[in-house]
Amino acid sequence: MRFFYMALYLVLAPFLGGLLAGLDRKLSARMQGRKGPPLFQPFYDLFKLFNKQAVVVNNVQDFLVVGFLIFIIFTGCLFFFGGDLLLVFFALTLAGIFYMMSACSANSPYSSMGAQRELMQMMAYEPMVLLVAIGFYVSTGSFSVSDIVRSEISNIAYLPGIFFGFLYILTIKLRKSPFDLSTSHHAHQEMVKGVTTEQSGGILALIELSHWYENVFLMGVVGLFIVNADWRSYLVALPVCFLTYFIEILVDNVFARVKWEVMLKSAWVVTLIAGVINLLILNLI
Amino acid sequence: MSSTSKSPWLLHYDGSSCNGCDIEVLACLTPVYDVERFGVINTGNPKHADIFLITGGINAQNEKVVRQIYDQMPKPKVVVAVGICACNGGIFKECYNILGGVDKVIPVDIYVPGCAARPEAIIDGVVQAVALLEKKRSKYKKEA
Ligand code: SF4
Repeated sequence: MRFFYMALYLVLAPFLGGLLAGLDRKLSARMQGRKGPPLFQPFYDLFKLFNKQAVVVNNVQDFLVVGFLIFIIFTGCLFFFGGDLLLVFFALTLAGIFYMMSACSANSPYSSMGAQRELMQMMAYEPMVLLVAIGFYVSTGSFSVSDIVRSEISNIAYLPGIFFGFLYILTIKLRKSPFDLSTSHHAHQEMVKGVTTEQSGGILALIELSHWYENVFLMGVVGLFIVNADWRSYLVALPVCFLTYFIEILVDNVFARVKWEVMLKSAWVVTLIAGVINLLILNLI
Repeated sequence: MSSTSKSPWLLHYDGSSCNGCDIEVLACLTPVYDVERFGVINTGNPKHADIFLITGGINAQNEKVVRQIYDQMPKPKVVVAVGICACNGGIFKECYNILGGVDKVIPVDIYVPGCAARPEAIIDGVVQAVALLEKKRSKYKKEA
């Protein structure tokens, strides 16, 4: 059964992720009073990119991008397999490092600036990600996802602060405004496309694909807060995931990009207040 | 229609235009015209672009820049000259620093006339560019 979930993720995540991206663009357009592209637009983009010439900057970059994809898939597979949450998040960080390094490897000021900002973003969200794992451990006594989903009541009851903190850093992880510093889905940034400036054709397509896998995994983590031993909790988790994504899109369209100091400070303050206090209270009771 | 024609990404470069045409290009992205309906994205990055949209003529300074941007774009690619300045120099043709239209330095595929070119004309130009892109893609596939 666990292998079945893993296989399901492996096969379905690109479709789900692509649809989410399409929904994202459609909703964003609607919020801006436009009609927006078709729902399947991200898939057209992906196929087009695979059909384009990939201007190879250096061989290391291709290797690093493939590494990013593989480790993101590994992260998601491990998560849906019901593996150890700590290991899942470490794999996620490793994937992030690959992504950042791929930008670093190119000899372009824009992509190296993007890489630096990506590093800054990782610094901002990483403490909260760890707190999520610790929070689940304190509330359920296990790091293992398969144990967590079998808990009596939904973990969000114990971890509201940590859930909020995770939503906050989710904006960074999904590369949404106001925290889309390193690269942005929207046109024209002060440093071209940031991290992905030097990537083209099939390589860029692989990055898109990895992001789809990543987004589905992140929605899985959101769902993990909701699900419990009762199967009906899964029916609640799904709308919660969609609502979360909708809020992220709304936030994306409402806020302007902030400077990195604001991102770092606010993310850490939220981690400290929402996350740590939640943990303390949990330890006291 | 294949995926190429459904996802044309633009690169907009301002040569020595008076900014009239640029405003019309940007107008295409607004809710009134909304070119994103056709999957068009205005990327700021030559390495992601399929269509090179250029306004204004070529002058002594941007000649190298235009050529470099063109070279950086991955194949298949199409160049669209927007506005009469980009087509042949237009009103600035006689200026001492102007070399002429965009086709003085890079091969231009589609000419969109007008001063300023209207958003409808620009969108029409882009649609024709997309058809051409499709042709170039099959040729590129054969070569590869
Ligand atoms: S064609 Fe007219 S509007 Fe366009 S750049 Fe030239 S002078 Fe300006």
